[in-house]
Amino acid sequence: MGLSKLNGLYREVILDHANHPHNKGKLPTATNAMTLHNPTCGDTINLQVDVADGKIRDIAYTGEGCTISQASASMMTEAVKGKTVDQALSMAKTFSDMAIGKQHSDADLQQLGDAQILTSIMEFPARIKCATLSWWALQRALLKQGNEEED
Amino acid sequence: MANSINKARADFPILDQRVNDERLVYLDNAATVQRPTPVLQKLMDFYQHDNANVHRGVHTLAERATKDYEQARVKVQHFINAQSSDEIIFTKGCTDGLNLVASTYGEQNVHAGDEIVISIMEHHSNLIPWQQLAIKKGATLKYIGLTPDGELDMNDAKRQITDKTKIVAVAHASNVLGVVNPLRELAELAHSHGAVLVGDGAQAVPHMPVDVSALDVDFYAFSGHKMMSPMGIGVLYGKADLLRAMPPYQYGGEMIGDVHRQESTWADIPFKFEAGTQNIAGAVGLGAAVDYLDELGMENIQQAEQDLVDYVLPQLEELPYVTVYGPQDPSHHTGVIAFNLNGLHPHDVATALDMDGVAVRAGHHCAQPLMEELGLTATARASFYFYNTKQDADQLIKAIKETKEFFNGGTF
Repeated sequence: MGLSKLNGLYREVILDHANHPHNKGKLPTATNAMTLHNPTCGDTINLQVDVADGKIRDIAYTGEGCTISQASASMMTEAVKGKTVDQALSMAKTFSDMAIGKQHSDADLQQLGDAQILTSIMEFPARIKCATLSWWALQRALLKQGNEEED
Repeated sequence: MANSINKARADFPILDQRVNDERLVYLDNAATVQRPTPVLQKLMDFYQHDNANVHRGVHTLAERATKDYEQARVKVQHFINAQSSDEIIFTKGCTDGLNLVASTYGEQNVHAGDEIVISIMEHHSNLIPWQQLAIKKGATLKYIGLTPDGELDMNDAKRQITDKTKIVAVAHASNVLGVVNPLRELAELAHSHGAVLVGDGAQAVPHMPVDVSALDVDFYAFSGHKMMSPMGIGVLYGKADLLRAMPPYQYGGEMIGDVHRQESTWADIPFKFEAGTQNIAGAVGLGAAVDYLDELGMENIQQAEQDLVDYVLPQLEELPYVTVYGPQDPSHHTGVIAFNLNGLHPHDVATALDMDGVAVRAGHHCAQPLMEELGLTATARASFYFYNTKQDADQLIKAIKETKEFFNGGTF
């Protein structure tokens, strides 16, 4: 088999997001923020969200980690920008569910944009945490007010 | 004897399988090693013929189980050359042993203003118990640094260890840098300041001859599962006079002398530290593992691993895109090799190697202060045991080259 199966995980679009991340940086106007660490590997994401009138007006992140975690953060921020908080939370739930193998409707998946590609992560159970880290950060940032840090 | 080491691979059927349609190359031995058939057979025999609780019963099975359990203690005593089997305490593992020392000896002997000295290369198991003890007691936790080649800086050790130092705790071999630390010298240094030396032997005991008497360590902890025993068993060695003066670790059955309504007395060592029903089969399995290691000979095991490192390390260092951490000289390196492929996260590397059948670890290896010292967040780590072969090493090198090609040459 060799590395051929890797093509499924590291699709071109994923590598592109990892190499040219979208929305990477800091957001001076952030209303909500959350820093999450994956203590087993040391990956970090610092997510900043600018929420106004129940909508995600802008979103950005900084962090360090593997290709999957960085690509996932890039895709996630792209997918939720301009969405309402409720929509974004529902997308985060869809992504987390997909990553652990739960089924969702095609319409739910379409919502995820590029990020739906990363649901192939379920074939690599050891890497699920890498892909979900940014979505968990999003959920926590939106559900809790202010700036917080959690492990 | 080299021959019998080669034949030993046949005792590990788990190694003879395919993973992701490739020949399995198990190089995560620093995390846990595989068990040979004689150890597994001993466990089966114990549970099928002799299983009973120890030290309590007067019936035949209880006697057999007690004999097996206590024989394992004597085997471990001889294996590490302790003065007496009373100095061998069975624990859950290395972490448990280190916590035991921190919670008993540390609790009793460390006070506000005292110092505890460890090294920057410590595994979290030999770091957090001391850090928490220092916080609780108002003591200072100090770190011995590294030389530029990633070895323990003994000049710094001489600066850090002072008359205020009560405990020095250092790994015998690093689980990241692949270096062996001079415990004997550290013991002398600690003793000259009135401190005790605690050795973390997790990465040493399975791989080289260890003589706690010659090292003159005061405490020495290691895990069974890294030396082919069942999981959940380990050993704490302690000098008898120190152990006798220490309070118990946990209270309950089996560790008591007399129990009265308002007060109790404790059993003698080692039972004072073995409250409750122990991992008896684990200890019996550990005894079998000691027999197995003795038969192969620890010098032969050490040589076999050195031969593998001599073979693979120069090949890794020759790859321009690979960085190896720790000493670059194979003769200063154990079978633990931490490395990175430039520009690639070690998690991505580990997933790619797994697709080629090669099992390595990726992450901070429970040594975050060391990662910080090295300016890294994580590394990949290949760790060899005596049953690994040059063919395994070749497959690792080939997989690394393919990984580089996949991410940087594009097979899309």
